[in-house]
Amino acid sequence: MSEASHPTDGPVVAHHFETWEQHEESCTMGMWLFLAQEVMFFGGMFCCYAVYRYLYPEAWFEGSSALDWKVGAFNTSFLLLSSFTMAMGVYYNQTGRINKLFGVMGMLWATLFLGIIFVAVKLQFEWLPKYQEGVVPGTLWGPHGHHYGQLADFDGPGGQGALQLFFWLYFVMTGMHALHMLIGFGIIFWLMIKCLKGNFNEHSYLHILFFGLYWHFVDIVWIFLYPMFYLVNPPH
Amino acid sequence: MAERVIEHIKDFPERDYEAPEVHYLNWAGTVKSWLFTVDHKRIAILYLISISVFFLVGGLFAAIFRLELLTPEGDVLQADTYNKFFTLHGVVMIFFFLIPSVPATLGNFLIPLMIGARDVAFPRLNLLSWYIYIIGGTLAVILTFTGGVDTGWTFYSPLSTSYANTNVFLAVSAAFITGFSSILTGLNFLVTIHKMRAPGLTWFRLPLFIWAHYATSVIQILGTPVVAITLFLIGVERIWGVGIFDPGLGGDPILFQHLFWFYSHPAVYIMILPGMGVISEVMSCFSRNRVFGYEMIAFSSMGIAIIGFIVWGHHMFISGQSMYAGMVFSFLTMLVAVPSAIKIFNWTGTMYKGNVVWETPMIYAIGFMGLFAIGGGTGLYLGNMGLDVPLHDTYFVVSHFHYVMVGGMVMAYLCGLHFWWPKMTGKMYPRVAANISAIVIFVGFNFTFFPQFMLGWLGMPRRYHSYHPDFQVLNIFSTAGATVLGIGFMIPVFYFIWSIFKGKPAGSNPWGARGLEWEKCTSPPDPHNFKEIPIVTEEAYAYTGEETISV
Repeated sequence: MSEASHPTDGPVVAHHFETWEQHEESCTMGMWLFLAQEVMFFGGMFCCYAVYRYLYPEAWFEGSSALDWKVGAFNTSFLLLSSFTMAMGVYYNQTGRINKLFGVMGMLWATLFLGIIFVAVKLQFEWLPKYQEGVVPGTLWGPHGHHYGQLADFDGPGGQGALQLFFWLYFVMTGMHALHMLIGFGIIFWLMIKCLKGNFNEHSYLHILFFGLYWHFVDIVWIFLYPMFYLVNPPH
Repeated sequence: MAERVIEHIKDFPERDYEAPEVHYLNWAGTVKSWLFTVDHKRIAILYLISISVFFLVGGLFAAIFRLELLTPEGDVLQADTYNKFFTLHGVVMIFFFLIPSVPATLGNFLIPLMIGARDVAFPRLNLLSWYIYIIGGTLAVILTFTGGVDTGWTFYSPLSTSYANTNVFLAVSAAFITGFSSILTGLNFLVTIHKMRAPGLTWFRLPLFIWAHYATSVIQILGTPVVAITLFLIGVERIWGVGIFDPGLGGDPILFQHLFWFYSHPAVYIMILPGMGVISEVMSCFSRNRVFGYEMIAFSSMGIAIIGFIVWGHHMFISGQSMYAGMVFSFLTMLVAVPSAIKIFNWTGTMYKGNVVWETPMIYAIGFMGLFAIGGGTGLYLGNMGLDVPLHDTYFVVSHFHYVMVGGMVMAYLCGLHFWWPKMTGKMYPRVAANISAIVIFVGFNFTFFPQFMLGWLGMPRRYHSYHPDFQVLNIFSTAGATVLGIGFMIPVFYFIWSIFKGKPAGSNPWGARGLEWEKCTSPPDPHNFKEIPIVTEEAYAYTGEETISV
C-alpha cells in the first residue's frame, strides 16, 4: 500500500474504496442525495407558501404588486449567467484548464462576482427600502413612503395580517436562498485555494463538479421564487 | 482503469495481518486518535458512549416525574417544573437517544462489516455527524441548566411561539442541529449500501439489518429536512414575536402540526425499523433457521418507510383537520400495520421448527416481539378516528408509544448490543447476569406501562402533575414498575464495563452466527475490517441447524 498521495496521472482513490469508479459513483450519489434533502428543506416553506396563497389570494396580488419585477428580473439574469460560468468551470476542469482566465479559476471568480452582485442588489434595492418604509412583518409593520405606502390601504380578505404573511414568506424564503448563496461564496474561496494548490486536474474534478451542482440547485430555487413572489400580478 | 493511488489517512495504521492482536480498539490509544478518527467502528463507540449518557439523563427526568405521580397532589414538583421535566424527557429521549440509537451505534459499526466494505462511503462526514450531534447535545444540556422548556417535545404553535416563557429557541436549535447529524448518517448509509457491497452480495443476499437501515435512511433524508425548516420557522417566529404560524396575522397553527408530523410520524419508524433489523438477525441466528419469508421482511421494511410518510394526520384527528382527511389518514394507518404484522408473523415462523437457543439476545428478541405486538396493536385502536377521540391525550397514548419505543426499540437496542458486544469488544459478558437483566427489564417495563393503558382507558389525561385520587393505585403500580425498570437498565452498565476488563475472550464467532461480520472478521475487527474483501456466494442466513455456541 502506498505511503502517501503524490501527483500522478491517475485519480486519487480514498483509502476505503476499491476502485476509482466506486469512489466517483459514491460521491456522485451522495451529492444527489444531499440535494434531495435540500429539496425537502425548501419544500416545507413552499408548502407554507401554497397554503397561504390559497387562503389569501388578494393579499398575494397586492403584495406582489409592491415588489419590483424589474429588479428581480435583473437579478435572475445575473444568477443564470453565474450558472453558466459555473458550468464552464466544470468543463474547464475536465479539460485540464485550471489556473487561467478561461479556466476553472477565472470561472470561479466570475461566479463569485455575479453572485455578489445578486446579493448586493437584493440588499440595497430590495430589503433595505422595505426596512426603511416599514414593510417588516411584526411590531415594526407600517408601510409608508413612496414605494410601499399603498400597502397600508389594503383591506381585502385577511387584511394587513395576510399581507404580513406574504412578506414573512418573502423574507424567509429569499433570506434562506441568500444564506445558501453566502455559504456558496465560502465554498468558492475554499475551492480557489485548492485550485492554487494544484489539487485539480482532468482526473480530479469532483469538487468543482459537485459545487456546480450545488450552485445550480441554488439557482433553480430562485427560478421558482422569482415568479412566485414577483409575478403574481403580471407586469404590464 | 487508472492505477489505484490510495489517499493517505494521517496516523491510520498500515494493514498488517500478521499481527492479529492489533485491532481497531488498540492500534492507537490517544484521545486524539479517538476524537479525530474516521474509522466507522470507533465513531460507533463514540456514539455509544454519548447516547448512553443521554439515555441516563432522559431516564433521570422520568424518574423524577414518576416520583411526583406517586400521589394525586402536586407535591414533589410544581406544575411549571413538571411541564419542563416531561418536555425535557421527550426531547432528550427522542432526538438524542432513540433516533440515533441503533443506526448510529450498531448501524455504524455493522453496516460496512455486513456488506464487506472497509468503511462507510464518507468516513469524514460520519465523524462530522457525530460532532454535529455533540453540538446539538451540548445545547440541550445548556437548555436544561438555563430554565428548560415546557411546551412538550412537539413545540406546538402558538404555545411555543407566543405564550411559552421558557427557552424555546434554544430547544428548537438543539433539535434543528441534531437533525443534520441524522440526515448525514442516513445519506452515508444509503450510499454505502448502494455502492460498497462486496462482490456477489446482491440486494437479496443482504442481511435484513441492512434492508431495515436502508428504509430508515430514506426516511432520515426525506423527512428530517422538513422538520428542520419547520423548527427554523418556529425559531424565527420566536425571535421576531410574529411569524408564519401566527394566528394573529391569520396564520394557521394547524399547518405547523402538519409540517411537524410529516417528519415526526415517519420519525417513529426511524425509531423502530433499525430495531426490527436487529430482531431479524437475532431471530434467525438463535433459531438456527433461515429467516422465514426473507423477501417479505425486506419489502415490508420499505413498505413501512413509504406508507409511513402518508399517515401523519392520525396525530391530528381532534386538532381541527378536515374530518374527511381524518378518514383517509385513519384508513392509511390501518394499512401501515400490515407490514409490521408481516414481520411479527415471519419471526414467529422463523422460530417454528428451528432449534431455538436461549441466549440473552434471544430473550430480548422474544420480549421485543411481545411488547411490540401490544404497542403496535394499541396503535390500531388509536388510528381509528372514532376511538381516538376519547383516547386522545390520555395515558393510553403514552403507554402505546412507550410500548413501541421502549418495549420495541430499547429492547431491540439492548438485544443488538448483547448480540454484537463480543464482536465490538472481543469479550463476553456474564450471561447469567445478562439473562436476569433481560427478564427484570421485561417485567419492570410491563409493570410501568400496562397500568398506564388502564389509566388512559379510565380517562386520566397526560401532561398533568396532579390527578384524581381514584387513579392513585394504578399510578403507584406504574411508579413501582419504573423503579424495577430503572434497576434493570442499570445492570447491563455494570457487567458490560466489567466484561471489557475481565470478560472471557469471545473469539471471532461465539454464537455460531452466519454473516460476513462473524465469519470473515476477527473480534474485535481489524482497523481495515477485512484482510481481503470477501466474495459472497450464498444467501444470507444459511443456517444448517448444527451451529454451536463456542464460548
